[in-house]
Amino acid sequence: MATALVLVSHSAQLAAGLLEVASQMAPEVAIRAAGGTEDGRVGTSFDLVQQAVEAALADGADGVVLLTDLGSATLTAESVLEMLDDDRVRLADAPFVEASVAAAVAAQGGDDVDAVLAAAWTAIDAFSSSRAPEPSGSAEPGSAAEAAGEDAAGDEAAATRSLVLTNALGLHARPAAIVARKVSEFDAQVTINGVDAASVLALMALGLTGGAELELSASGAQADGALEALAAEIESGFGED
Amino acid sequence: MAGADIEWALAWIRDSAAVVTEHREELIDLDRAIGDGDHGENLHRGFTAVLGKLDAAEPATVGDVLKLVATTLMSTVGGAAGPLYGTAFLRGAKAADAAELDAAGVAAVLAAGVEGIVARGKAEVGDKTMVDAWTPAAAAAQQVADGGGSAAEALRAAADAARAGAESTDPLVAHKGRASYLGERAIGHRDPGAESSALLLEAAAAAAGV
Repeated sequence: MATALVLVSHSAQLAAGLLEVASQMAPEVAIRAAGGTEDGRVGTSFDLVQQAVEAALADGADGVVLLTDLGSATLTAESVLEMLDDDRVRLADAPFVEASVAAAVAAQGGDDVDAVLAAAWTAIDAFSSSRAPEPSGSAEPGSAAEAAGEDAAGDEAAATRSLVLTNALGLHARPAAIVARKVSEFDAQVTINGVDAASVLALMALGLTGGAELELSASGAQADGALEALAAEIESGFGED
Repeated sequence: MAGADIEWALAWIRDSAAVVTEHREELIDLDRAIGDGDHGENLHRGFTAVLGKLDAAEPATVGDVLKLVATTLMSTVGGAAGPLYGTAFLRGAKAADAAELDAAGVAAVLAAGVEGIVARGKAEVGDKTMVDAWTPAAAAAQQVADGGGSAAEALRAAADAARAGAESTDPLVAHKGRASYLGERAIGHRDPGAESSALLLEAAAAAAGV
């Protein structure tokens, strides 16, 4: 199943920039930018969006997910969906950057349009109010992905591994995507520092840079295999530096 | 006076282009007060593009005219107005699959238009948007149709209701769109989308000779 993405923004530069970031994390996914108006102004163009979607389908995508930045970009995308009337084409009205990145990683893993759409929608929970700083300064980050991580690791005989990030930039976007994709290859539930390692957004939210310590915990049929594979990636610095 | 036929539709749209051009600065000013200042410019550009396409068109139904307006506005009008007006005209076109509309037909087109705007923008009456003009307009047209009036009478009733609806937005706080970020600073300013809606529906009535 090949799911393509179309990034709809008021700005051509913004869409192109996000395409650059998402492509780095998901190199084999067909991602198109549809930002700005046809004459290069700030705004959204029904025609540019429709053309991008039709090009994606013509290129062989089984499904297309649209991601939008603000307000009228969403209205324009919805109008295109209404005109095309094709249920292979969907829209996730979720935070633009986070949803696009989550969708791209899911699409890279071969997910179909429903699964890619679901991954995009998880961006809604990527930030939760409990992450806002409290006056005492002792607030722990809380998110749906972290809760999922606690459930995933479980109490019983989880395999664990302690590692240190060796690449200078640490667990930034590209390595987070590598980790999330790797985890999805195994029949295992994995957490890293308490968050769900299958969630690229949760991994990036940890904000871990070079030298940071990682506590990996895995359960499930292929827990050991998952830990081995992740350790190899982490120890090789994700091929960076 | 004939019903709302293709000649009427073409005249309406041509007159609408003239009206939005005439009121362009006013609409810009309204939008500058509580939006991002481009509503007049957007509509002017959109309807100018529509005029260009009308010349080459050979509509067989009123719906064909409205569909051409829909797709053109969707492509050329920026902001929220493009998708909102585009969807209104698109849904209206589906309800106008005839060479001539009677009052019931006019009411159906306006009702479909409202449905499209609400589906797209999710506003309700009282949110200080174009819905505040369109919803009473559709209701007024339906009342005329129910009472056995003519298409022209339905259009006049709709125009009057849209005008009153646009004026009703003046004291409101906005709950949708850019103006919704302004809180009470929006009070005392007419919603530009409601104003342009009233202008367009007034042009529709004028094109029917009422």
